[in-house]
Amino acid sequence: MSFNPAAPTLQDTWDWRAAANFIGGGTGTGLLMVTLVAGLLGAPVFMPTLAGLVFVALGLSMVWLEIGRPLRALHVFFNPYTSWMTREAIVAMPLMLCGALALWFQWIGLVVLLAVLAAVFLFCQGRILHASRGIPVWRTPRIVPLILTTGLTEGAAFFLVLMPLLSTEAVAAAGRTVLVLLLALSVMRFGAWKSYRAGLEGDAPLAALQVLRDADGIVALLGGVAPAILAATALAFTGYAIPLGVAAGALAGFGGWYMKAIIITRASYNQGFAIDHSAARGGGKPGPGTKPGW
Amino acid sequence: MSRYVMIADLNRCVGCQTCTASCKHTNATAPHVQWRKVLDLEVGEFPDVRRAFVPVGCQHCADPPCMHVCPSTATGQRKDGLVTIDYDLCIGCGYCMVACPYQARYKVVEPARAYTGLKRMIHELKREDPKRLKVAQKCTFCSDRIDYGLENGLTPGIDPDATPACANACIADALVFGDIEDPDSNVSQLLAENKWFRMHEELGTNPGFYYLWDGIDQEDKS
Ligand code: SF4
Ligand code: SF4
Repeated sequence: MSFNPAAPTLQDTWDWRAAANFIGGGTGTGLLMVTLVAGLLGAPVFMPTLAGLVFVALGLSMVWLEIGRPLRALHVFFNPYTSWMTREAIVAMPLMLCGALALWFQWIGLVVLLAVLAAVFLFCQGRILHASRGIPVWRTPRIVPLILTTGLTEGAAFFLVLMPLLSTEAVAAAGRTVLVLLLALSVMRFGAWKSYRAGLEGDAPLAALQVLRDADGIVALLGGVAPAILAATALAFTGYAIPLGVAAGALAGFGGWYMKAIIITRASYNQGFAIDHSAARGGGKPGPGTKPGW
Repeated sequence: MSRYVMIADLNRCVGCQTCTASCKHTNATAPHVQWRKVLDLEVGEFPDVRRAFVPVGCQHCADPPCMHVCPSTATGQRKDGLVTIDYDLCIGCGYCMVACPYQARYKVVEPARAYTGLKRMIHELKREDPKRLKVAQKCTFCSDRIDYGLENGLTPGIDPDATPACANACIADALVFGDIEDPDSNVSQLLAENKWFRMHEELGTNPGFYYLWDGIDQEDKS
């Protein structure tokens, strides 16, 4: 096909660094929420809390690397009225502070507060994408449940990946519950991904839809169905729970990361240009419009 | 209150890009940056194919997503509808660029250089605006010219000194600028006498850029 100057093109404003923020933020906040579940079951929370905070911090530092004027980074706080980016930044402050206190005191009340802040942070991330009206695969409202379920899935996934490093006490207290969680979340994320894709049919550039179609095998099967089967197997054969749980977590985590990288950097075609009518021009008659690439 | 808008008459535009050149000259934008540009489109299927020249750029939306997402409040909106960027506040996060459905915004991270590998040219050095580096930039509707005109009793869209450079330069009178809130203004008259559409109106941005595509009388006669 020849070049059409009106057709949607791939945005290159937000690159892998932005994707890394959604990956780190989703995984970290998901992990903090799953840690609360584990903590309520009596598991020690230090290591997964630390890992969750590190993920969030790494994600945020990637954003800092991407902005043009990093020395003005504090200006990010100026628009809480309408900007979800400001809101994300504002929530990040108490999140980090509460995280530090939770690590120090390891008091369950702080872990509860941390999980609430993590949920708000993750919601902000979903809304950041939803507010990006220039990118059809981001602005769909179905991106929000997709980001939320993916973050939670990644959290459960990385809790399981961490299992060999956790104390036997933690694994005994929470391992089985987190396996059940991963199983349920993998199914939910599979549903959210399918619903997201179905909602975009006819409502996004063809090139973007093709990228998402190409990613379906990895996201839905390798990152959704496979971890669910592995988690179910781990629940059935408790003797192999740890290796199977690690494998399930690794696949579910990879699936979520891959999905976000694709959505942010490869499927992110812009709106392109369109005209409703073409003009009469001289003595001719007006004609139809055009919306190439859709 | 005024709301300034631009009209592009698709019947008149010949795709000469004089507006593009005029904008680049007036605003000294970097080589790959075009605050105003004209798309050259082929519309329809053979043998019923026609060509359309479509000027585009910032639409100075009344409900601008770029402004709502901006975390720093660098993107703002004046009472007369112009959407602005404060280069001193902008952090260059690019959020506005992905929020704009018209691909109107740019971020230049290196000083302008027409020929890579060579020294920067004299005019590039002379007209560089360091404030504009690494932050968002877009068409301003030549707000400085409008402000100058208003301060001196001129009418934007009528008096050249109060009118955006692109509209002044258009060889075919295809670009017309004016106040849509004034029912007697040039733009209000044109919109009353012609059929028009706005681009991507379904996205709820309420753009301030109108495309004329046919005269109302002409259609009624046929
Ligand atoms: S066209 Fe884009 S940059 Fe201009 S006001 Fe609308 S959303 Fe903002
Ligand atoms: S690049 Fe500047 S103007 Fe655009 S959203 Fe970020 S801070 Fe606001």
